[in-house]
Amino acid sequence: MKHLPFAGKAVALLFSAALLVACSGSDTQDEEAAAQAEAAAAAQRAAEQAEAAAAEAQRLQRAVDAVGNVFYFEFDSSTLTPDALGALDSHIALLSRSNNNVRLEGHADERGTREYNMALGERRANSVRDYMVANGIASYRIEVVSYGEERPAAIGTGESSWAQNRRVELK
Amino acid sequence: MRRLCTSLLSLALLCLALHARAELTIEITQGVDNPTAIAVVPFAWNGPGVASDDVSQVIDGDLARSGQFAPVARTDMLSFPSTEGEVFYRDWRAINAEYLLVGRAALNAGQLRLDYELFDVLRQTRVYSGMQSGPASEARMLAHRVSDAIYEKLTGIPGAFATRLLYVSVSKLPNGKDYFRLTVADSDGARPIVLLDSPEPVLGPTWAPDGRHIAYVSFETGRPAIYRQELATGQREQLTNFKGLNGAPAFSPDGNSLAMVLSKDGSPDIYVMDLASRRIRRLTRHYAIDTEPVWMPDGNSILFTSDRGGRPQIYRYDLRAGTEERVTYDGTYNARARIAQDGRNLVMVHQREGDFHIALKDLQTGRLQILTSTELDESPSIAPNGSMVLYATKDAGRGILAAVSVDGGVKFRLPAREGEVREPAWSPYMNR
Repeated sequence: MKHLPFAGKAVALLFSAALLVACSGSDTQDEEAAAQAEAAAAAQRAAEQAEAAAAEAQRLQRAVDAVGNVFYFEFDSSTLTPDALGALDSHIALLSRSNNNVRLEGHADERGTREYNMALGERRANSVRDYMVANGIASYRIEVVSYGEERPAAIGTGESSWAQNRRVELK
Repeated sequence: MRRLCTSLLSLALLCLALHARAELTIEITQGVDNPTAIAVVPFAWNGPGVASDDVSQVIDGDLARSGQFAPVARTDMLSFPSTEGEVFYRDWRAINAEYLLVGRAALNAGQLRLDYELFDVLRQTRVYSGMQSGPASEARMLAHRVSDAIYEKLTGIPGAFATRLLYVSVSKLPNGKDYFRLTVADSDGARPIVLLDSPEPVLGPTWAPDGRHIAYVSFETGRPAIYRQELATGQREQLTNFKGLNGAPAFSPDGNSLAMVLSKDGSPDIYVMDLASRRIRRLTRHYAIDTEPVWMPDGNSILFTSDRGGRPQIYRYDLRAGTEERVTYDGTYNARARIAQDGRNLVMVHQREGDFHIALKDLQTGRLQILTSTELDESPSIAPNGSMVLYATKDAGRGILAAVSVDGGVKFRLPAREGEVREPAWSPYMNR
């Protein structure tokens, strides 16, 4: 079209417009009905999908509720136990379907010094974070805070209390 | 409902505040075998009404707490001299007192003046005399200074009674949650002043070498941050707000820098902040835990805890050479070093047979001595004269403070009347 004179350009435009009108006018009513049916079907599919998604979300939430949000560790260790890994998988499944952020709070038992335990609590929370990141949760969604031995879950001296305090809480 | 909760909280805080009046009590559990018998006669009072503080009782308490003296009970005294002319040595020989302290307290225009004299009963001579003066509100501190002078005269070691303690106390609120308070008190636990109270953890209190500023870690924002506070005004500033750990602040001997642990670059490492510029320098670079820095008295190196060898041990970072060396090899757990002013006596938390004790390591001879026999001892802090170590321990599951002399011979405990106490920090000498 580059070399056509102005009049030639105008004629070409008019011709194109007439062609468009002719095509769209072929059978308007049939097309509307088809579109409506398609929309209804799509809406139903969407509703079904939403229902399925809700059911799935509910199932995942129940799974998460069942495993809880506290993961326990051995003495002076930040290695995730098989129990903790299983529980974390449930959380990861739920988190990967949402945009929620999580806060991982690391804790230690009362044995040893407070600042070393603060570092140990962070190391535990980082183990949980690293596992989540390796399984597809974006690291910016995860905040890690260590409380060391400052926020015990169980008061008292002895392994039964200490075991409950060596933990990471997901919030 | 919200208003009710607020009122209940206020009431609980008021109760805590009232309890704070006399928080620590002192129980001497072990003294030296043959403590020196000293009679501290009640000081004569020269002022309106009666003295508001019993200065001789403060001195009596100081000398008893050192474990090296056995003060004579007032009820056993046969006379109450306040000047040399009133002293009859036979009165003191009769009750086996080896030394005798007499004195006079005078109040003039709000200023208290203490004049005192120390006598050797067996040799029947005056061995020392001195004077202390200052605001009447500081009567107890003036009395502690008299104790310092007497202690130095009789033992050859400067006293550390005219000093203060920082500690963290924890109480339970009616809703079962912990409540944290950072407190400063005199070295005998008297005159506690709450510097910070918070429903979130407060830890790691430490003194600046001027004795007027402190630093600590507070979780009040929901994350740990290091704060510096001026004691006299309560003015404070937040020094750090890094991602991850912000902990274990330690002032340099010249007061210009603050060592700390940060994990902003991945794992916990030791950093030093220049307090004037707030610029931060990273010292250690190791994927292991590096924490609990403390400066050697000469300011040329920093001791810290690291588990780079698998278990926590004490290491030393040389600030001039930039090199690191391991300091402790005793057992499998040595952490949170504190060093005496002589740069020789190192105290730390040492694990033996599962229990955590306070141990002293002589850096010259390498000899290790375990000073305590309880199971969960931590947070050792050395008196500025190097004689005593204050630390935190558990008594029937409750956190208390306790002290032990560096030779292990003297022990006393400072339990709180209410709640738990932890993380004691003994001040440097106060400006006189």
